[in-house]
Amino acid sequence: MSAEAAVKYVTETPIEEVERVSAWINSEEYKEKNFARQALVINPPHACQPLGAQLAAHGFEGTLPFVHGSQGCASYYRSTLNRHFREPAPAVSDSMTEDGAVFGGQSNLHEGLENALALYKPKMIAVFTSCMPEVIGDDLTAFIRNAKKKGVVPEDFPTPYANTPSFNGSHIHGYDAMLNSILQYLTEGKQVEGRCTGKLNLIPGCDFNTGNYREYKHILKEFGIPYTILADITESFDSPLDGTYKIYPGGTKLDDAADSINGKATITLGPYATAKSYTWIKDNYSGKHVSLPIPMGIAKTDEFIVKLSELFNKPVPASLKEERGRAVDAMTDSHQYIHGKKFALYGDPDYLLGYVSFLLEMGGIPLHILCSKGSKKFEKEMQGLLNGSLYGAGCKIYMNKDLWHMRSLLMTEPVDAMIGDTHGKFAARDAKIPLFRFGFPIFDRVNKHRYPLVGYQGAMNMITEIANKFIDIKDDTCEDRFFEMMR
Amino acid sequence: MRQIAIYGKGGIGKSTTTQNTVAGLAYLGKKVMIVGCDPKADSTRLILHAKAQNTVMDLVRELGTVEDLEIEDVMKVGYGGIKCVESGGPEPGVGCAGRGVITAINFLEENGAYTPDLDFVFYDVLGDVVCGGFAMPIREGKAEEIYIVCSGEMMAMYAANNIAKGILKYASSGKVRLAGLICNARKTDKEFELVSALAAKLSTQMIHFVPRDNQVQRAEMRRMTVIEYSPEHPQAQEYRNLAEKILNNKMLVVPTPLEMEELEDLLMEFGIMEAEDESIVGVAEKAA
Repeated sequence: MSAEAAVKYVTETPIEEVERVSAWINSEEYKEKNFARQALVINPPHACQPLGAQLAAHGFEGTLPFVHGSQGCASYYRSTLNRHFREPAPAVSDSMTEDGAVFGGQSNLHEGLENALALYKPKMIAVFTSCMPEVIGDDLTAFIRNAKKKGVVPEDFPTPYANTPSFNGSHIHGYDAMLNSILQYLTEGKQVEGRCTGKLNLIPGCDFNTGNYREYKHILKEFGIPYTILADITESFDSPLDGTYKIYPGGTKLDDAADSINGKATITLGPYATAKSYTWIKDNYSGKHVSLPIPMGIAKTDEFIVKLSELFNKPVPASLKEERGRAVDAMTDSHQYIHGKKFALYGDPDYLLGYVSFLLEMGGIPLHILCSKGSKKFEKEMQGLLNGSLYGAGCKIYMNKDLWHMRSLLMTEPVDAMIGDTHGKFAARDAKIPLFRFGFPIFDRVNKHRYPLVGYQGAMNMITEIANKFIDIKDDTCEDRFFEMMR
Repeated sequence: MRQIAIYGKGGIGKSTTTQNTVAGLAYLGKKVMIVGCDPKADSTRLILHAKAQNTVMDLVRELGTVEDLEIEDVMKVGYGGIKCVESGGPEPGVGCAGRGVITAINFLEENGAYTPDLDFVFYDVLGDVVCGGFAMPIREGKAEEIYIVCSGEMMAMYAANNIAKGILKYASSGKVRLAGLICNARKTDKEFELVSALAAKLSTQMIHFVPRDNQVQRAEMRRMTVIEYSPEHPQAQEYRNLAEKILNNKMLVVPTPLEMEELEDLLMEFGIMEAEDESIVGVAEKAA
């Protein structure tokens, strides 16, 4: 077969025209049109509230995530978690259909709860909603109370629930709503005057990286601080393969969660993903309460470590000081590969603040920062962070924009690399730059969720990945006399 | 803080009655917020002397998101320090007005509109409880006290009975209670007796009989409540009386709505409806 016959064009458009348009969409003129776009969103880097709610549910012992809404929605959350972690994400839905939309979903919910209890024997069912019941105004409070009154579920069986309309906010808000609801439910009536567990409650926020959870545990272990991680997904999504299937492989013990209200201190990480929970905890939990940024990079990790030392009146352990020293050494050893490199970043507010803080420490230049679900408050905080460094001077923040906008930015004001989740790979390939896959979801690389990005170890991991990639590129493209080996 | 929802058949005078009553409460020194839950957004015009205020959904439409909305943009203060918010909603025939109510009330809650200094929050809700969205004001933790505005007209009474059915559904799972019927008189036959009787059948009370008076219209033309326009007028006193009764009302009940037949019997008892005569059903006037 000739080469000509092998290619069948699907349109009548001449090749010259295709080439002209391909070049035009990289132009400044197109960028202006693209940014004037209002009616359409293309590839936004955020997911919906119920997905975050499901993550929070998986973080508790024996807990079955229960979607009040359509079946397809539940499949989406499950498959997204499943492809990111390469682990099962068991959840059920009450499968609302046309009749549910007309008559309300109470009977679906009741039948669903009854079946879920009988089949999957959970210790807790965490209910959250997809779009449909939210649009029609299903009253979850009444539905669940009725279920208990009717005896569908035992009166004392924990059934926290959260309204998580997909068309509002993003996964971080759903996570916050579900976590807050679970904590309210489990701690009700558990506060004991004068009791103190002596423990730290650590709320890592909407974090899809099991390595981060292990890093927090490592730090707390070095300190010798007893802790309860609230919504501990570590084992739920990263448990050893031993030939048996466990529907509930991990999660925070319900008793520990209930007793968390009597904790010595509570730290919530990532103020944007824990706003609601933090406000509630501040008013209700015993002990001290602190909201901190995600500990990424040296400065923010220091802040976390110092706070732990203060709250528990313990000196910073020598082992952590050594770790810090190694991280700083790693930065010094590799700064020449990252210094002066330009980056485009996108993702959730809390993580963007972390990545940017780290990059500025390395002398990297964040040039485009894009958040598809931002707020004025976040924009201001990010601008403040950028203003604190020379390397942040040329950076622009793009709020409520998508990855097609990002593509225009990459084409008109090129950068050396992008940081974000898998969805940026289209733009990265068109711009011929590497995409460092930090964030969620990561479908197209393995093990990324096992490598922490937080703490001193996280800083070293980010350096390893970023610096080595730039060296790879150089090795692939430079004359061999410039090889790292020869210099 | 007492939260009160006002329901009733479309066009019965819910908004007029609510605003005049709220003005009465303000007159008595109470701090009140009105939340208009109707896409027509006319629940606060007599208090604000204007209709053209920005509704929550107007601004959401403009901004494309509820997240950048500020409470000051949608809350206006009118006569007697009454705080006014309109949920607004889509144009007739498109979108989902019910969800608009949910979005608006969630927004108010999240942005601290329910300040502890408020004595009352009134929800003026469109027509019937047609869907889950329009039941938002009576969900758990919101209004627990409902007044139904009705008159002695047959359809208004049907509607009141239907609304009582809706309330019963919520009352059986929560704290929502029927607090009374407000008769907004249309000068129909035996109106006082008939609405009192309906109230009794529903296990509630006719909390007040608001007589019909053109002064209400005269005030409305000036976009004012009677209480503000002519505080000395007897009609203003009627609304103050109603406000006083609501202030002191302790009669909160789970309603006992009537079956259709019982309701028809009631109307017949008062001579509003003829005894059933199957021979006239479906026969046109000329043919008879």
